[in-house]
Amino acid sequence: MSGGDARPRPATTRLPAVGRSTWPLIVPAAGLLLWWLATKDKPANLVPPPGEVGRALWDLAVGGLYDDAFSSTLLTHLLASVSRVYGGFLLAALIGVPLGLMIGRIAAVRAMFEPTLQILRPVPVTAWLPLAMILFGIGPRSAFFLVFLGAFYPILVNTIFGVRSVDPRLFEAASMLGASSSAIFPKVVLPAALPSIFTGLRLGLGFAWVVIVVGEMTGVPTGLGAIIMEARQLSRTEIVIAGMVVIGFAGFLSDQLVQWLGRRLLRWSPQHA
Amino acid sequence: MPDGLPILDIAAVSKTFRSGAGEIHALSGASLTIEQGEFICLIGASGCGKSTLLRLIGGFETPTAGSVKMWDAPITGPRPDRGMVFQDYALFPWLTVRGNIAFGPKARGLHRKEVRAATDHFIELVGLARFADAYPHQLSGGMRQRVAIARVLANDAQLILMDEPFGALDAMTRERLQEELLELWQRTKLTVIFVTHAIEEAILLADRVVVMTPGPGRIQSDNHVALPRPRDVASPEFNAIRRELSQLLMSHHGTKATVALRPHLRAFA
Repeated sequence: MSGGDARPRPATTRLPAVGRSTWPLIVPAAGLLLWWLATKDKPANLVPPPGEVGRALWDLAVGGLYDDAFSSTLLTHLLASVSRVYGGFLLAALIGVPLGLMIGRIAAVRAMFEPTLQILRPVPVTAWLPLAMILFGIGPRSAFFLVFLGAFYPILVNTIFGVRSVDPRLFEAASMLGASSSAIFPKVVLPAALPSIFTGLRLGLGFAWVVIVVGEMTGVPTGLGAIIMEARQLSRTEIVIAGMVVIGFAGFLSDQLVQWLGRRLLRWSPQHA
Repeated sequence: MPDGLPILDIAAVSKTFRSGAGEIHALSGASLTIEQGEFICLIGASGCGKSTLLRLIGGFETPTAGSVKMWDAPITGPRPDRGMVFQDYALFPWLTVRGNIAFGPKARGLHRKEVRAATDHFIELVGLARFADAYPHQLSGGMRQRVAIARVLANDAQLILMDEPFGALDAMTRERLQEELLELWQRTKLTVIFVTHAIEEAILLADRVVVMTPGPGRIQSDNHVALPRPRDVASPEFNAIRRELSQLLMSHHGTKATVALRPHLRAFA
């Protein structure tokens, strides 16, 4: 037999090669311009101009401009938030993935857990805040719990979906090729569900960053959410916005990292390659 | 294996599927004996039970009545000696061409060296050496089906079950794969059971064309095709058989046509 007919990749619309790296900058540049035009020469404005936010960010990072309680504290707050985001996320993954695999695969586990989880799922993380503070006290443990909760459901739901939607043909193919029934799970179910599990992890990590501000509203002394809350009480809006910018970039970078990992691990999947 | 024993013995097999509202008689009293090395085509309109019969032989379904035996032993489930080639390929998308072909030998617990040797041999055999490390989504339909064929061959299958394997391919690729399959079959002692709804494909490939009719699914006639290979689809002999078979497929309950057809077909021998 011979073969020379490799299938071409489906083409997406190609950007012109020149300035491909300029395209993503257009929208933020326009936003900054509008922001600057709307806030310049208005000293009493509640929203500070971009330059002031830039200076606040610089002072927050390396200090030397204002010399107040916020100066050069960014790294401490960032590390505190990152550890909570990844800690809560890892715990959510450690529980969500195995539980999802079992719910997807074992009917008894599904019958036992699924109705309860379906009712708990629509309850927003913010609604858990008061109860979390009662259960875990005011402080980092509550923040950790809320981040965990935010990351848990996307991981769980996507893992279940991945296990449930394995093409039944693949089970037939595996048993026809001699795979024992105990080999079906590691050899077929797990790899087939991996793209969905991965999507769940990516969404979960995204949600962990989303809820970090809420989580750090529980009275923790450090963290990006904590400085935003503190700056708000002091009407230091430029620091609030600086904190938002840092959260945005941190979340973006951590998503890039996960996507890079996904492209390496899921080279076989047309959705990830 | 003992001489004279058929590789496959299907005796009065019926299959009824229970669905919400009622029962579907997919197959009713089908009997068929297949000798080792034969190339059988099962042909018929959709709903005639040809795929059900193939799935019973594969061990993916159990008969409601009757028995399916391979070398006189009842079939109880899927096994590597009965290799299935699905229309939609059913390759493992997370494994490369090499990984897909090595799946069976690995599952059977062969040594790494033996796995490697078997895999290399069958990759070469189906002409995919250049694509050994490609993933299924990077391959064309024809190449995927070659992988599926190599995958069951690498598992020492004696019986190859093919469920409209070339149905999703374009005409040119289909023709090439038909040729390649015949070549492969003639070089080995494989027994092939090939489900199709294309009359021409059946006459081109088979020693015996088994015609099935729907409602309930049953075997209508078993026709030997004695034309020498390679067969010329444009020859008058080929066309005569094609005409007879299409008439047979049109007249669903035409038992008369069956009786008339068999001696007629033998006349071409």
